[in-house]
Amino acid sequence: MNRTAAKSAPPEAAHRRDLLRQMLLIRTFEDKCVELYSAGEIRGFVHLYIGEEAVATGVNQALTADDSIVSTYREHGHALARGMPLDSLMAEMFGKTTGCSRGRGGSMHLFDVSRRFYGGNAIVGGGLPLAVGVALADKLRGDQRVTACFFGDGAVAEGEFHECMNLAALWQLPVLFCCENNLYAMGTALERAQAQTDLALRAGSYGMPAWPVDGMDALAVEHAARSAAEAIREGGGPHFLELRTYRFRAHSMYDPELYRDKAEVEEWKKRDPIDLLAARMRDSGELSDADFQAMSDELTGEIDKAITAARAAPAEPVEDLTRFVYSPEQTS
Amino acid sequence: MTGAEIVKTTYREAMRAAIREAMQRDDRVFLMGEDVGRYGGCFAVSMGLLEEFGSERIRDTPLSESAFVGAGIGAAMAGMRPIVEIMTVNFSLLALDQIMNNAATLLHMSGGQCSVPLVIRMTTGAGRQVAAQHSHSLEGWYTHIPGIKVLAPATLEDARGMLWTALQDPDPVLIFEHGSLYNLQGTLPADAGAVDIRAAAVRRAGTDITLITYGGTLGTTLTAADALAAEGIDAEVIDLRSLRPLDDKTITGSVAKTHRVVIVDEGWRTGSLAAEVSARIMEQAFWDLDAPVERVCGAEVPMPYPRHLEQAALPQAEAIAAAARQAVG
Repeated sequence: MNRTAAKSAPPEAAHRRDLLRQMLLIRTFEDKCVELYSAGEIRGFVHLYIGEEAVATGVNQALTADDSIVSTYREHGHALARGMPLDSLMAEMFGKTTGCSRGRGGSMHLFDVSRRFYGGNAIVGGGLPLAVGVALADKLRGDQRVTACFFGDGAVAEGEFHECMNLAALWQLPVLFCCENNLYAMGTALERAQAQTDLALRAGSYGMPAWPVDGMDALAVEHAARSAAEAIREGGGPHFLELRTYRFRAHSMYDPELYRDKAEVEEWKKRDPIDLLAARMRDSGELSDADFQAMSDELTGEIDKAITAARAAPAEPVEDLTRFVYSPEQTS
Repeated sequence: MTGAEIVKTTYREAMRAAIREAMQRDDRVFLMGEDVGRYGGCFAVSMGLLEEFGSERIRDTPLSESAFVGAGIGAAMAGMRPIVEIMTVNFSLLALDQIMNNAATLLHMSGGQCSVPLVIRMTTGAGRQVAAQHSHSLEGWYTHIPGIKVLAPATLEDARGMLWTALQDPDPVLIFEHGSLYNLQGTLPADAGAVDIRAAAVRRAGTDITLITYGGTLGTTLTAADALAAEGIDAEVIDLRSLRPLDDKTITGSVAKTHRVVIVDEGWRTGSLAAEVSARIMEQAFWDLDAPVERVCGAEVPMPYPRHLEQAALPQAEAIAAAARQAVG
């Protein structure tokens, strides 16, 4: 696996800068979402990824444009890492017609089929069968694609998780299962919900390679994802990564966070994935404070532009309310 | 069809011929479900297809309805044309999350990007003494869901022809096959093929009353119509065929002619498909009615095992005829 990483990874310093920029884009986008939500400009459920950026960023390094992604309702990071345009994502947050799902999905249902991004699925565990199906289609056609399937630790308690582990392993389907273990299923801590908290062990019991990864370290995530994706492409069947991470913010904007200690949150923030990578780059002289500030300012400017465009964008006409319930030329 | 050879067949064989034809015509089509391969299908519909098409395309699944129905949705979304078989409608509830929250929802939720050209076939209905977890007629529940289409082939022609048309549809289609129909015998032209899946069919023309039904109760309803004819009541029998969307035009056209209606539905009465049809008649043809719309539905009980109780729970020809007499006054 080191061999492949060395072969396909771009020059290291520039690559680290890309990773940092990617994580910072996700962080800045979501910081803006918080402001917009507080101002009442966006509504609904908004599940923030802040603290988990290394996972989407690292995994995406292992994927090509031909690969597929199936994601959850906490998917802003996955969508941004996939390269979905900022304008279409921000417009979706505003529920506008220029949004990636024409405003009909909102924060939890970002889609871009042209990028094989098969959505934010907001039923916990509900995306796993879809990922298995996308991978089955690839296998039947003989396409050498990988389907990356993101889900949280909460999904591991669902029956669909176990059905899908079994089916993917039984049929040796090219799925990269990315379990974002942030230790809480909404407000229920892992050890209060799972009899066996070693999630990689449980996936491994289905006969697929599975291992835990430091989900706060983008380079470690990338390394693991490249290794798994390469094995999948070589016909090694599904792989499972338990990406150990933490969300710094509440479950959603409605959550008063009564279930966890502030000290615990502060402890995890010491391993902020952006700070972690930035510190490493500073230590090796690749990044100055001014560089970082310039990067941050540039991203803020891009996001502000997307916000301005989203505000000005048209809304879906009410006359089109029932459009897309069926495909064109069909009626109910 | 003129000149085509007429062959004897059964509902089961017609369904199998439809699957075979779809597999032959389109490489993207595959069949997946519990025991569809080596076993030959719980109701022997797919018998022999594994040998003909191989295990990649005739795919036995573990007992995991949610995973394999969801996998069908994912594969359809990614360009395939899966046929997913669920043994019975009662088991489909284990996959209801996938059917409702994904198959029916993805197109709209994605702003028109994710179409799901999937066909799900399942057995429905009672009559075989298989008690309270294998006998229900829950297709009416599925008709509640926008985003899917629901079909009920009640004849050999529809068993043979609905599948291909359903596979051409860009949206998910559920096909409900009544368990009592698989042994139905009859003839079909040797070149029978795809049929329309939009319109209801008038299975018996009449002038005095309209009997509306679908699926497994079509035969019972036709029997009732024969009994009524002997009494001088000329009943028209409509087979809905498509339960969602409903063909309102054929229904109201018949009501305009007969002015009286009995709806026959094996599903439970409360919140039933019969209730929906009745409401539509009230909304669209109220002034054509000369009598209240009657309903003959399944008794509201989990299906009991003994034959006499099961039969008492199901719409019978005598009850249909009695309801018709009541309406005719």
